[in-house]
Amino acid sequence: MEPRPRSFYVLSAFFALFVLFLYGPTLTIGILSFQGEGGGLTFPMRGVSMYWFYDLFEQQAVGDIWGSFRRSIILGLMVMATTVVVSVMGGLAFRKKFAGSGILFYLIITALVIPSILVSLGVGLLFSQSGLNVHWSTSGFGAQLTWTLPFGLLIMFAVFNRFDKSFEEAARDLGASPWQTIRHVVLPIIAPSLIGVALFGFTLSYDEFARTLLTAGSYNTLPLEIYGMTTNVTSPVLYALGTLTTLFSLLIIGGFLALALLSNQRKARAGSDAGKGV
Amino acid sequence: MKKLLENRNVTGWLMVSPLAAVLLVFLVMPIVLIVIVSFWRATEFSIIPAFEWDNYAFLFGSPVTYAVFLNTFKYAFITWAFTLIIGFTVAYYLAFHIRSLTWQVALFLLCTIPFWTSNIIRMISWIPFLGRNGIANSTMMSWGVIDEPVEWLLFSDFAVILAFVHLYTLFMVVPIFNTMMRIDKSLIEAARDAGANGAQLLWNVIIPLTKPGIMIGTIFVVTLVMGDFITVRFMSGSQSANVGRLISNDIALLQYPSASATAIVLLATVLITIGILLRFVDIRKEL
Repeated sequence: MEPRPRSFYVLSAFFALFVLFLYGPTLTIGILSFQGEGGGLTFPMRGVSMYWFYDLFEQQAVGDIWGSFRRSIILGLMVMATTVVVSVMGGLAFRKKFAGSGILFYLIITALVIPSILVSLGVGLLFSQSGLNVHWSTSGFGAQLTWTLPFGLLIMFAVFNRFDKSFEEAARDLGASPWQTIRHVVLPIIAPSLIGVALFGFTLSYDEFARTLLTAGSYNTLPLEIYGMTTNVTSPVLYALGTLTTLFSLLIIGGFLALALLSNQRKARAGSDAGKGV
Repeated sequence: MKKLLENRNVTGWLMVSPLAAVLLVFLVMPIVLIVIVSFWRATEFSIIPAFEWDNYAFLFGSPVTYAVFLNTFKYAFITWAFTLIIGFTVAYYLAFHIRSLTWQVALFLLCTIPFWTSNIIRMISWIPFLGRNGIANSTMMSWGVIDEPVEWLLFSDFAVILAFVHLYTLFMVVPIFNTMMRIDKSLIEAARDAGANGAQLLWNVIIPLTKPGIMIGTIFVVTLVMGDFITVRFMSGSQSANVGRLISNDIALLQYPSASATAIVLLATVLITIGILLRFVDIRKEL
């Protein structure tokens, strides 16, 4: 292997600094959440304790943290399932041109670039003007979909752009019906990417703030609850909550990535060795 | 019936009907309603259907509007410049200096994981760094760079830009890395053989070939920053304003018509900006 140029070491240092910049603050509040009972929002640490975590489980004066956590998870799962199904259908449909597909594509791009506060305001107005109550599972759910669906669809477009159509043709030649082709050929091949879509769907919903702000109604989701806390809670309990939800996110991400890895391996094992000279 | 199902327009629309329904109800109708409400009149307690240009007249007649729009563009431009430089460098390092695919994927994931965690928590996590008694101030004081704590670290434009760069650099890294990975390595060898040095290679080969990725990243960063209201509110300690905050303040005062008028002008601004950027790239080809 040729020796590394000097620029490699300079760029490696730059990259390391970038990673530090990305993770440093989160790690800092991770450390500070173990602040002693008398400690404040910054260093120095006044002892090490689990005080603020206990605090989180006990006092409910600041709001309904656990209720909002539960709502956020349920909403995340709803958005995730919907995003996967709708994105796959959309991705399949967009492989062929149909009347109006261009307009729909631009609508998807619009959903992606529209300032999130417009969605919040518009959906809120739509519900209040038609006499419906805003609720996280209806208006909040729909408002979040306008953010997760474009991501899901863009992933599906990317997947189908690289999709080898000869597999489908082979299935059809062997007499598979359109549904059988999709069920037994297309879906298994794109399965690892669907895990990616699901990951986007869940995490983007779980962390969404702006689009749920005016559409969640009287029951907050977790990000709204945390935002509410920033204005009236000035103790490390905020860090403890931040650390817990970040750990939860990391757990979810790790789970999805492991699943993607597994399904890729499975695909490699179960796949044909045709043309590989075995 | 069978014939109908063989029509590609019919099958196409059947497949996208859930997507179209969601976009219609939660994107198109809300935008239409915002347009309508922007012509309404507001009293202290309610909003009344009307057709008057007062909201727009007030918006365009107020010097605050222009200052706030200017501020929004300022945030967008500065953030864009920083995220582009950092994002390009990181993507370049990953694409051309890391030699094994496994490491490329691993380091790339390392860069993207924060994207899947909460933005609000990531903003809060700057408090111990930037606060008056925070890490930055105490470090600089112990080094003797400054004698007393600097006040402008947290709750300032500096903090706003820092948070934007922190949150949105990923949106540059991902598309730029994606385009770079698809550059044919033989082109680079050819340039080397033809005698190009490192700088020439970067300027004349890699940057032009990476332009679509740069454009997509730019679209993401610019729209996210222009549409933001929460980062500016939180990181500036409510001391700076952008258009998003103007809208959210009106909403807090239940002034929906004037919030709507501002929102429409913001949307138009964003769409025009995107329209200009899209002239340089065909998104569907780049996926």
